[in-house]
Amino acid sequence: MLSKRKISDRISNGWMIAALVCILLLPVIIGVALYFKSAPLLSEHTLGELITSSNWHPNKGNFGFWPFITSSMYVTLLSFVFAAPVCLLAGIYLTQFASKKLIDIMHPVIDILAGLPSVIYGVWGVLIVVPFTANVLAPLFNTESSGYSILSGGIVLAIMCIPYMLNMLIEIFNTVPRGLQEASLSLGASYWESVKHVVIRGSYPGIISSFGLGLAKAFGETLAVMMVVGNMVQATANPFKAGYPLPALIANNYGEMLSIPMYDSALMFAALLLLVIILLINLVFRYFIHKTQQR
Amino acid sequence: MELVQAKVMTPSPLKATRHEKASVPSAISIKNLDVHAPGHHILKNINLEIPKNKVTVLLGPSGCGKTTLLKSLNRLTDLYKELNVTGTINIDGDDILNTRQNVADLRQKMGLLSQRPYPLPMSIYKNVAYGLRLKGIKDKKLIAHNIEKNLREVGLWDEVKDRLNTPANNLSIGQQQRLCLARGLAVKPLIILADEPTSALDPMSSSTIEKLFREIKSHYTIVLVTHILRQAKRLADNVVFMYYGEIIEQGAPDDIFKNPKTEKLRQYMLEGN
Amino acid sequence: MKQAKLIEEKIFKSLSGIATYSLIAILAFIIVVIFVKGFNALSFDMITKTPKGGYYYGGEGGVLNAIIGSLYIALGATLIAVLIGVPAALFINVHLVRHKKTQTTVRYFLDALWGIPSIVYGAFGFTLMLYLGMNASLLAGIITVALLIAPIVVRTFDEVLSKIPIGMQESVLAMGSTKTETAFKIMLKQGFPGLITAILLAFGRGIGDAASVLFTAGYTDLIPVNLDEPAATLPLAIFFQLSSPIPEVRERAYAAAAILTIIILIISLSARALSRRYSKTIIK
Repeated sequence: MLSKRKISDRISNGWMIAALVCILLLPVIIGVALYFKSAPLLSEHTLGELITSSNWHPNKGNFGFWPFITSSMYVTLLSFVFAAPVCLLAGIYLTQFASKKLIDIMHPVIDILAGLPSVIYGVWGVLIVVPFTANVLAPLFNTESSGYSILSGGIVLAIMCIPYMLNMLIEIFNTVPRGLQEASLSLGASYWESVKHVVIRGSYPGIISSFGLGLAKAFGETLAVMMVVGNMVQATANPFKAGYPLPALIANNYGEMLSIPMYDSALMFAALLLLVIILLINLVFRYFIHKTQQR
Repeated sequence: MELVQAKVMTPSPLKATRHEKASVPSAISIKNLDVHAPGHHILKNINLEIPKNKVTVLLGPSGCGKTTLLKSLNRLTDLYKELNVTGTINIDGDDILNTRQNVADLRQKMGLLSQRPYPLPMSIYKNVAYGLRLKGIKDKKLIAHNIEKNLREVGLWDEVKDRLNTPANNLSIGQQQRLCLARGLAVKPLIILADEPTSALDPMSSSTIEKLFREIKSHYTIVLVTHILRQAKRLADNVVFMYYGEIIEQGAPDDIFKNPKTEKLRQYMLEGN
Repeated sequence: MKQAKLIEEKIFKSLSGIATYSLIAILAFIIVVIFVKGFNALSFDMITKTPKGGYYYGGEGGVLNAIIGSLYIALGATLIAVLIGVPAALFINVHLVRHKKTQTTVRYFLDALWGIPSIVYGAFGFTLMLYLGMNASLLAGIITVALLIAPIVVRTFDEVLSKIPIGMQESVLAMGSTKTETAFKIMLKQGFPGLITAILLAFGRGIGDAASVLFTAGYTDLIPVNLDEPAATLPLAIFFQLSSPIPEVRERAYAAAAILTIIILIISLSARALSRRYSKTIIK
């Protein structure tokens, strides 16, 4: 009887440890696998060459990732510029001013925004944002655009990132102790001054971190962006022109990657690039957040 | 600033009647104060005169409404939307619950010391300068002078003068609480509200804070919430014993502690010792 | 001076209010657009039939293949994710409970895992598939999505478990239970409502994700009957049909989008309702 109990104990113990180790090792395994797949490409070109070259002709064996990297950064930055102020303001309103009733309404709103699949945002983007860019925004800036552009990508991406960043900001603002607010108020600050000097200032590392994590999230988002961004290989500074971010590159060409030599290696290298960049950003900013939470 | 002085000059009718009754002038006069939370009557018809430049101790078991009473005095109860506060609280000739005066100016008449120190997320220097700047003082020399004076007053100057620009969070918890006191004194309040200010401190820091209170009490009206009987005996000029939202007994510490009139206080003193 | 302060407060308060309410407006805007567009094309055939001949030229049929495919993949992936995620979360909260530092570090890495985008999982799944000599199939899709949602199960469940007081574990251990028995018998029971929420969240993510199944699950007009057959998914059905030049087919993409949105809404709202209902009954 006892031995049976012992055996089942051993088994479940091993299972638990194995599961946890597996999950923790996952990024390492993914990294190694992608590295092996991209090794052929890396053996022929240097890393610097791959990243900084704009020469993209897979048929001729030229793999310059610069247009894709700039597109990715451009779309990400645009989305950040749109999303960050909204998140900051909404986060402050929800934690400092909002009534209980509004908070009760906002929780499911944020949940659903966070839960809507990428493809739904994509469909909405195609239906609304793309024509809006083409017919309203482009004429406003005296330019022409098909609507499938970096700007549209930025707008759609911004909306997708809002619930993600906002959730983190709310959590961070809620950790500011009430006593701190009271202290500031009793020194003669108005409510808003207290919010400004105590809540926002005290949450500085947390705010920066959630912004950073929001950027990372935007950087890796695939389908919605791909549906509205136009997907043309060009390094452009004009947001009304089409771009071609890294994730879209991978997703768009998986079909033919086995028919052109080195193409699969190049796409896996793109995935590796995404993984490394995003994981690094996550590790750095999560570290900040963990530090502040322990305090 | 001008506004404050103007108010002081005009005695309200209430203030006049108060003077006739009390031998010692009151700094705070509370009449028919009720605080309701949904489903809970926190303070029940509180009537209380708090004498000027004395230490008044609010004593009682936890949950009896001491902290709520204290927070009503500088209207921090405004923060808790679920609370409904009615009645009058007269401070400095002004019914603060129904005043038209700016609440921020009003709160500068009262310094707050909370259960644990809450240094603002900035440097030591800026912590003390915070209230001064809010008052509209811009002269850097004047601010620097005030900071030194107030830090000296709480005996912190020598400990921190070389690191005024480091974050206040780095101080020990006892130093933090003294910094909070200095910060509160800097805005030149009339009243100091202290909510169990030593409960998070070690015995050494506690006695430093108590010593400071004794030193400054001739210049300030101090309202101290505590549940430590001995602290009340050491510091109080006037003791108010509260029980479930009501004032049960009040008087000079010698009278009240030697001859408690009610069974509840007697009980409380037995358990406290 | 005072006036300026007051105006600043007013401006920021109203701006932040606008930002908050605009989120409600955006959500309503998205859902209304998807529903209005989708319900126009939504028919009984859409959810009961697979694509028939000429479907992609506007012919008869529906997206039942994709609905079933998505359900298969999400269900299979959730099952695997639970089998990996639950013991991992229990381990963190029972065996590591006295090792605060390890616990924090593990949580830190798990949080960082959340950030990895699904396209990377997709690329990895594809690599793994080639390495194992598999074809794009239901199984490959399930495995890839399982890896994607396992961290969600762990962290969401872990969050709930971490709120159970240590005293509860100790009292069970004191009665002679082993740690593992404590984990599976007591903690699992106490954290069960949290587990349901975690499962729903993971399932929702699994059913809506496209980038991970793009490479691994393939696409077919048939309903898969075996694990090694390719499977269509709802997000990809929407994506492919939307890129069609034929208006009727694009209309169906909207209809499929409405179907997916309804599924996600049901999952999100029930997850929240459940977590709220159970948060009252769980012992704190």
